[in-house]
Amino acid sequence: MNWLSWRRLRALCLKESYQIVRDPSSVLIAFILPVILLFIFGFGVSLDSSRMRIGLVVEDSSADAQAFSDALFASPFIAAVRGHSRGEMIEELRAGSVRGVVVLPPDFARRLNAGAESAPVQLLTDGAEPNTANFVASYVSGAWQIWLDRRALERGGVSAPGIELLPRYWFNPSTVSRNFLVPGSIAVIMTIIGALLTSLVVAREWERGTMEALLSTPVTRAELLLSKVLPYYLLGVVSMLICVAVTVWVLDVPFRGSLGVLFVVTSLFLGSALGLGLLLSTLTRNQFNAAQAALNAAFLPATLLSGFVFEISSMPLPIQAVTYLIPARYFVSALQTLFQAGQVWPVLWRQMLFLLLSALFWLGLTALKTRRRLD
Amino acid sequence: MGYRLWTLILKELQGLWRDPQGRRLLIMPLVLQLLIFPFSTTLEVKNSTLAVYNQDGGAASLELLQRLAEARAFPRVLMVHSDSALRQVIDEQQAMLAIRFPEDFSRRLASGQSAPLQAIIDGRRSNSAQIAFSYAQAIVVNYSAERLGQSGRVPTSVLTIDNLYNPNLEYRWFVLPSLVAIITTLGALIVTALSMAREREEGTFEQLLVSPLHPGLILVGKAIPGLIVSSIQGSIIALAAVFCYGVPFTGSVWLLYGSILCYGLSLVGFGLMISSVCSTQQQAFLGVFSFTVPAVVLSGYMAPVENMPVFLRVVSEADPLRHFIVIVKGLFLKGFDFGLVWPELWPLLLIALTTLSVAYVMFRRRIA
Repeated sequence: MNWLSWRRLRALCLKESYQIVRDPSSVLIAFILPVILLFIFGFGVSLDSSRMRIGLVVEDSSADAQAFSDALFASPFIAAVRGHSRGEMIEELRAGSVRGVVVLPPDFARRLNAGAESAPVQLLTDGAEPNTANFVASYVSGAWQIWLDRRALERGGVSAPGIELLPRYWFNPSTVSRNFLVPGSIAVIMTIIGALLTSLVVAREWERGTMEALLSTPVTRAELLLSKVLPYYLLGVVSMLICVAVTVWVLDVPFRGSLGVLFVVTSLFLGSALGLGLLLSTLTRNQFNAAQAALNAAFLPATLLSGFVFEISSMPLPIQAVTYLIPARYFVSALQTLFQAGQVWPVLWRQMLFLLLSALFWLGLTALKTRRRLD
Repeated sequence: MGYRLWTLILKELQGLWRDPQGRRLLIMPLVLQLLIFPFSTTLEVKNSTLAVYNQDGGAASLELLQRLAEARAFPRVLMVHSDSALRQVIDEQQAMLAIRFPEDFSRRLASGQSAPLQAIIDGRRSNSAQIAFSYAQAIVVNYSAERLGQSGRVPTSVLTIDNLYNPNLEYRWFVLPSLVAIITTLGALIVTALSMAREREEGTFEQLLVSPLHPGLILVGKAIPGLIVSSIQGSIIALAAVFCYGVPFTGSVWLLYGSILCYGLSLVGFGLMISSVCSTQQQAFLGVFSFTVPAVVLSGYMAPVENMPVFLRVVSEADPLRHFIVIVKGLFLKGFDFGLVWPELWPLLLIALTTLSVAYVMFRRRIA
């Protein structure tokens, strides 16, 4: 085998590893940044509104209006604040100190008891925060429904709307958004380690002129490529272990899959990420350009188009089509499944197949573009 | 002195614009983000699949099913015929919401009893699935009220929901003003943090130091191009938001530029701080990256600040982006006047003052 000598490969890998360990900035990115990012994603990005501040304006002083207010105050999702007038509460809504205003008009009780009329309840939400507005609407209608049921019960009748949709959650019964956001953010972190770090390595050799020295040795293309891939692959795996440990023990996210499968999926994803980073590095031969390109070609897609926060099926079709080309998409889906559902093979096989294809594609393209020539 | 400063600023701007690589750096991310962000960063639920297991088959169930199928949120309805098939579609993420009609659904309704429906929600995507659930719930409540109306009774109470500032809850109206803030951030930071590192790497920094410019003026000369770039990029996004994406602008343009200026100052402070500890462009780049990601995450753009634990909420007070996003969104959608802008503006000024003085001290120490 003269295209691959274990002795040379070992020496090259050792050299690359020394370089990694010596540069404090790469150690910082591989070990410290993931932990910080996991904490920030884990605690900072929470889509579970713990208690929404909602203003309540009661323009009717009857006992019925009081019963409604009680239902609102009793909701575990709402922190209600009383206001004196509609205008005052709308000003608060505008300033962002409450996220919704519930108004009971003066004729609330009269129309409630009139029989032929319906008692109006008005909810104003802050449309500048559309997601929050959706939740405000759903929490207030929940409290409203409870009030209606209780009232019907007290009068011995059936509750007015005859059909009730009862929610039941599978996999994440307490609906903690952290449980799906954190596994997804591991994909972003792996992208940073895989693509951003490697985008610099080949370019650095060119910039510092050490590539010429390397090429004057009998090193082969395969050895050169492997010596760049293997140490960073190892770095990625170690950093994945740190991520899993922090996720499970510190952030308390359940892990239901097997570590073996996680290892295979991670390896396949690292294949694409490392391949992409090395390709950019090989093509640009300039550290700054390569980092910039990696940011736009790897990091942004992994954040925006992988489905880790933003739902892919809600995007317009051309953008949905683009997401199929992004390895992070398959990795996010595999991670979310492994953490929350366990081994769901039909999902995992599909993701692993795509990850394998994409790894082969990027590494193959890099091998093709790696030349043993100076120009 | 004014003239010397002017020539320095001119030199910086020429340096930014002269080489094609730098030009690409200023324009490409802007265009890319303007094209992709508004479409991809959405928490709306559209085009999702609804799975239905109809064990009933009665008239009422078919009627309700028809309405669910017509809803904009669920263009595809997947019919399943067994419990195991239902489990499978949720497990394999073919649908994130499934509704089961029990056998006695139509019978109970016909006899005037209340009829429960079961909704199965995929907790792996809890946010989207909860939103999909709320759409389905709204359809069910409507249908229920209509049935009641047909039987000649009126509902006891009606809940009307008005979304102020954004009546149809267009997610794009939320994304684009935030984008003005995020893109301004990247522009200003990259320009200020990298320019100093580039001078160091290329060895021109010493030349700058021996020029008759006072160190403070060198910093000002490095800061102003960042301000110029960020306000131009901000203006482009703001114009695109209003004219291409149809987002209303209800505040005053002067307040917008005043705030962009204050925000730019606070960013330039961070940029100069990063560049004074870094000796290469690569380090500066990683520094900008390490600042921007947490700044965006903690800004309230990805998730509301009030959902964060107290500790992070305190940290986010030092994040200029958090304050600026509130101002920009207020100016676009909520018709903010000075009284409403000020509570977010003074923290920006305070951050700017702190970071700029720290950057100045670090710079003096480094050249001493």
